[in-house]
Amino acid sequence: MRIALFITCFNDTMFPRTGRAVTELLERLGHTVEFPQGQTCCGQMHFNTGYRPETLPMVRRFAEVFAGYDAVVAPSGSCAGMVRDHHRVVAAQYGDAALAEAVQQVVPTVYELSELLVDVLGVTDVGAHFPHRVTYHPTCHSLRMLRVGDRPLRLLRAVKGIDLVELPDAESCCGFGGTFALKNADVSNAMLADKMRHVQDTGAEILSAGDNSCLTHIGGGLSRLRTGVGTMHLAEILASTEGDVR
Amino acid sequence: MSGADNVVWLGTPAFPEAARAALADTRLRANLRRATGTIRDRRLAVAAELEDWEELRETAATIKRRTLRHLDHHLLRLEKAVTAAGGVVHWASDAVDANRIVTALVKATGGGDIENHEVVKVKSMATQEIGLNEALADAGIRAYETDLAELIVQLGGDRPSHILVPAIHRGRSEIREIFRREMGEWGRPAPEDLTDDPRDLAEAARLHLREKFLRAKVAVSGANFAAADTGTVAVVESEGNGRMCLTLPETLITVMGIEKVLPSFADLDVFLQLLPRSSTGERMNPYTSLWTGVTEGDGPRNFHLVLLDNGRTATLADEVGRQALACIRCSACLNVCPVYERTGGHAYGSVYPGPIGAVLTPQLVGVENAASLPFASTLCGACYDACPVKINIPEVLVHLRAEAVEAKRRDRLLPTSEGLAMKAAGAVLGSPRRLAAVQRLAAVGARLVARDGRIGALPGPFARWSGTRDTPVPTRESLRAWWRRTRPPRSEDSSTTAQGEERR
Repeated sequence: MRIALFITCFNDTMFPRTGRAVTELLERLGHTVEFPQGQTCCGQMHFNTGYRPETLPMVRRFAEVFAGYDAVVAPSGSCAGMVRDHHRVVAAQYGDAALAEAVQQVVPTVYELSELLVDVLGVTDVGAHFPHRVTYHPTCHSLRMLRVGDRPLRLLRAVKGIDLVELPDAESCCGFGGTFALKNADVSNAMLADKMRHVQDTGAEILSAGDNSCLTHIGGGLSRLRTGVGTMHLAEILASTEGDVR
Repeated sequence: MSGADNVVWLGTPAFPEAARAALADTRLRANLRRATGTIRDRRLAVAAELEDWEELRETAATIKRRTLRHLDHHLLRLEKAVTAAGGVVHWASDAVDANRIVTALVKATGGGDIENHEVVKVKSMATQEIGLNEALADAGIRAYETDLAELIVQLGGDRPSHILVPAIHRGRSEIREIFRREMGEWGRPAPEDLTDDPRDLAEAARLHLREKFLRAKVAVSGANFAAADTGTVAVVESEGNGRMCLTLPETLITVMGIEKVLPSFADLDVFLQLLPRSSTGERMNPYTSLWTGVTEGDGPRNFHLVLLDNGRTATLADEVGRQALACIRCSACLNVCPVYERTGGHAYGSVYPGPIGAVLTPQLVGVENAASLPFASTLCGACYDACPVKINIPEVLVHLRAEAVEAKRRDRLLPTSEGLAMKAAGAVLGSPRRLAAVQRLAAVGARLVARDGRIGALPGPFARWSGTRDTPVPTRESLRAWWRRTRPPRSEDSSTTAQGEERR
């Protein structure tokens, strides 16, 4: 398959290793990965903070840049959710008929990583090896916007050597919420504190998730407290093979 | 007093400030966590018992949508049916209007033999919304709340903090203190040896309230539903105090938001299954009272139905926002909301707290009057999943955020600092070239402030982020830069034109 990588602006800037992992993984599975250099951002920050008209150029760019691929993969549940749930809304509200049509074409090809692997490529065992104790946080937008369900866990369970431990109260929000963490910093911190306690209760060395934004929030807290618990995107675990030092 | 003054509590700080105070109250947080956690688990268990739960939700959502689309039609049918059954229907456009109608009715029907007029009330958010108790007090009429939790709130000079459990923020010992201190001021005092045993507290409330039930000539109630075809009004409750209010006094005045109407009596079948399971996690609520006008020799001799608009028609005009009017006040969204769980209801500064309050309140009072509420959510979506009538609360939240931003733009000559930041970010994210440039700058800048590969405390607006969290350092090489370096474009599928912006 000819798959375009939508890396998302945040991963591109902060976590390029996630994008490299997605690429390695998909190429290992025999697919062609392309990185359209014209890509920028899904517009989620602007949309969710109420700056809706400002989202239009990003929606337009996304529809142009990612047209014509067999699939577009995003290693982020929340950015994939933004594209899938809201690009149509923005196009209808501020765009023209041509844009609405372009969005309509591209949206069905956009997948979050675990969806692409399980539903489109039909694999759960991606041949990964990761001999560490890991717990998994199902981020809200993966869980409730995209409904990825247990796909990430099925992928993780198939990883050789992994010691996957259940995260208590896993489905409760970590408190990041984009600009929520700034606008309502106190509530965000209170939610973070509970999430960190649950992570530490598992005894895991690595907290994994399908969204680096949530991991930055939780991982930033774990780092400040010097807990020694690391964070790693799902893609990086799935890309690991025997002999890798990750 | 305008409607907005009552729906929102004037003087309450914006949500982030009010939330900070609530978060500092560890007893409140513990009470809330325990209570919401218990109800949440029970709700999941009893919902799972019904095989057709999802179909019920879908049906309820459909009925509500359909009713709201033709609300005027159903309300006129309701008026006709209530009138035919011997009731009197009043239309109130706002809080002032509604309070004037109710006050006049109480004075006219309360009986001249009582020196001080008084009414008993069964819990009604609509009357809280319009500030009825205060309006009655101004007219020399005392209103007694008879729902146990409402009684606690009233005696404590407090405000409700939960749709279903208004005194959820109070512990048993606090309730005992309130009863001992205040009951004597309002009527029969609490016994001297009152303990904080729930049974003891309930008994004290029962004795205190009974004399009011037996004396009052007028009752004021809310309504959960009203059927347009038969004119039947419904109240569901747990304690039976509502039933006392609905049957004992000579006059019953029901204040009902216009969105509570259902097309037909048969629709109750759906909602009476959904509501108790979603709200208290019970299969059936203990008391369901249904009445149709007046009946000779049974129950009240006069029935008045006050149909309240107070911002609802304006809400109805908003195609996205109107779904908030489908709310059946079950409070399922509050009990699953991680923000509500930690802040409680008072932080919302409104009669309607929690996720539904965050979308309903700004619409009833105008978004500029409650601008912090649509932002009081991480958009985690738990509320949408829990809602028995499938109100897409996250969708309405982001819709109202856009309206809040627009309202601010209209009111100001200069853009806000947030507006400027968003504009700048938009310019960067609008172009891969500019984004790449900023990525290079960020990598250099971050390296200057980083220690051990982490960024600690930051100045300015980011202090609120970095106070408790380290930030990873942006890497030297963004993914797009890595890709360009390691995978030169093939001539047929990409071009590095001067702009470098387009794939082809």
